[in-house]
Amino acid sequence: MAMIQEQTLAVRSERVTMSSNDLAKFKTDKVCVFYGVKQALKDVRLDIFQNQVTALIGPSGCGKSTYLRCLNRMNDTITDCRVEGSFLLDGDDIYSKDMDPVHLRARVGMVFQKPNPFPKSIFENVSYGPRIHGLARDKHELETIVQTSLEKAGLWKEVNDRLHQPGTGLSGGQQQRLCIARAIAVQPEVILMDEPCSALDPIATARIEELIDELRQNYTIVIVTHSMQQAARVSQRTGFFHLGNLVETGATEQIFTNPVDQRTQDYITGRFG
Amino acid sequence: MIQLDVTLYPQEIDPAGKRDPQAISTADYQKLIRDALDDLFPDVTDRRERRELMALLSPGATDLLRAKVMADPSLIGQRVIIDVPFSDDLDQLAKGRIDAESETATRRVTDKQIEWFQRLEQRGLVRQAFNTTLFTAGDSRSPELAGIWGSLVGTFWTMLITMAIAFPLAIGAAIYLEEFAPKNRWTAMIEVNINNLAAVPSIVFGLLGLAVFLNFFGLPRSAPLVGGLVLALMTLPIIIIASRAALKAVPPSIREAALGVGASQVQTVFHHVVPLAMPGMLTGAILGMAHALGETAPLLMIGMVAFIVDIPGGPLDPATVMPVQIYLWADAPERAFVERSSAAIVILLGFLILMNLIAVMLRKRFERKW
Ligand SMILES: Nc1ncnc2c1ncn2[C@@H]1O[C@H](COP(=O)(O)OP(=O)(O)OP(=O)(O)O)[C@@H](O)[C@H]1O
Ligand SMILES: [Mg+2]
Repeated sequence: MAMIQEQTLAVRSERVTMSSNDLAKFKTDKVCVFYGVKQALKDVRLDIFQNQVTALIGPSGCGKSTYLRCLNRMNDTITDCRVEGSFLLDGDDIYSKDMDPVHLRARVGMVFQKPNPFPKSIFENVSYGPRIHGLARDKHELETIVQTSLEKAGLWKEVNDRLHQPGTGLSGGQQQRLCIARAIAVQPEVILMDEPCSALDPIATARIEELIDELRQNYTIVIVTHSMQQAARVSQRTGFFHLGNLVETGATEQIFTNPVDQRTQDYITGRFG
Repeated sequence: MIQLDVTLYPQEIDPAGKRDPQAISTADYQKLIRDALDDLFPDVTDRRERRELMALLSPGATDLLRAKVMADPSLIGQRVIIDVPFSDDLDQLAKGRIDAESETATRRVTDKQIEWFQRLEQRGLVRQAFNTTLFTAGDSRSPELAGIWGSLVGTFWTMLITMAIAFPLAIGAAIYLEEFAPKNRWTAMIEVNINNLAAVPSIVFGLLGLAVFLNFFGLPRSAPLVGGLVLALMTLPIIIIASRAALKAVPPSIREAALGVGASQVQTVFHHVVPLAMPGMLTGAILGMAHALGETAPLLMIGMVAFIVDIPGGPLDPATVMPVQIYLWADAPERAFVERSSAAIVILLGFLILMNLIAVMLRKRFERKW
């Protein structure tokens, strides 16, 4: 009896230390991911802090996308993909049996490399998420959600007169912002972005970067990017991946000015990658 | 067509004068028609020649007259003028397909018949008309009385059964296999089997239908129900393969987008993937149906090749379908069936074009929605 009590106390104290551990939204540890027999991530340990932009950089094929997709269990859809390690979102294991991946993906939204609006109207694109999650009680509320989401994504002014035209008819940059609006509309806590600007021109990229900076007030953001400048501009923390290892993490400034590891140094100075 | 002036003698049709429908319908209309012909050709008296004379007309002439009288008994006692079709051989003569100058022995009309025909023509009693029985009648031994309607109705019932079974089953199977089924050895085997089934000769499906539906389940022979079942089995793999291809063609980015906003697997499939794949699936289904529409071989095995005069009233009545009807007519010895077959082929092609139009229209409609 006494022992059990001690144990529960121990568990509780662990919880307390975790949540008091300042503002860590995601805590991941010992992350290993395999595609069949091929190991894509090797013992990655990374914390992602609330209301910050965390940038993941590294050469192609080093596992950035793989890591990102673990955070909302998108890898579940790949049949021969196996994920190990612990992923704690606000202290809850997202790979535990009680965690519904559908619910998780509502909390952890995602924006993809290529803009992928549904081949439906702009309104339907944004309202789809809130509708399936029952976030709006009536049509009016739904319209409000759509409007505020588009406003936050900086797209409202450009599309408010053609909400019912197909989302695929927008320009690439507008489509990507539409996808961001679609992710925001579900009111997630974290937004994952996998090279969101790689298909866009510099002006559209600048708009999205501005947007990311604004979104940081309300959301936790993880962004994968190939552009060193972009990582430097938008992020507060940076993680450098290399061949499936997380080589170095730290404040963005420190990584770019004073990297500890030789490989990071080489990568950011453009010696490989 | 020949214009006949028939006198409806009351003593012949209704000697009792009661206008009893039973009596009217069993009266000897053949005699009335013979009398009318005799009036036209008073010089023909010989028994054999009179039979030849009667053979000018279609055997359906008596039915035509009977129907007319039954519809309006007040005609009894009067003289009526009705159009009666010629027999098929005279029809061919009129259309110039039988050469009047050729050897008597090599043609199916006698010299006398040709002479009579020419006399009728001189008197202006012969006229050409479009034979609408083609669209209203069932099959017949006489080409001029045979119609496509019976086999059309048979085709309709058969296609209805085929569609009702194959479409939901195939689309369901395609969605399950493509989106939900676990990838293991069992599903891999199903996949291989479906692909192989699509290449099985159609007559084998007919044999299967014969063995399973007729012999084992004891379903009625020649019935559209069985034909529809067999054709459904035959088209299933075709529709499944086309539908799976359509589902595969939906870009993965759409699935990711839906999953990314927290849609479940089922929601992703039914809200996004299936609507996008629908035009492709419909095209596959209609192509499968068009395939079934033109299929003859498997239906031969289950007795849909029978000579059926009655219009089928439902999926359990004996029936035949258009391609089988064409096959039967093309096989018939009477020359006038050549024209019937041609007309039926045109109608069949018309239906195929119609189906393709529907496919195109459905695609358009679904495409506009996005
Ligand atoms: N679905 C998959 N099946 C098998 N292997 C995969 C799959 N996805 C990724 N991989 C492998 O995992 C490794 C990491 O891939 P990942 O996509 O995470 O790289 P990345 O860092 O995002 O690269 P990039 O910068 O080019 O996007 C690569 O070697 C890749 O070949
Ligand atoms: Mg990537």
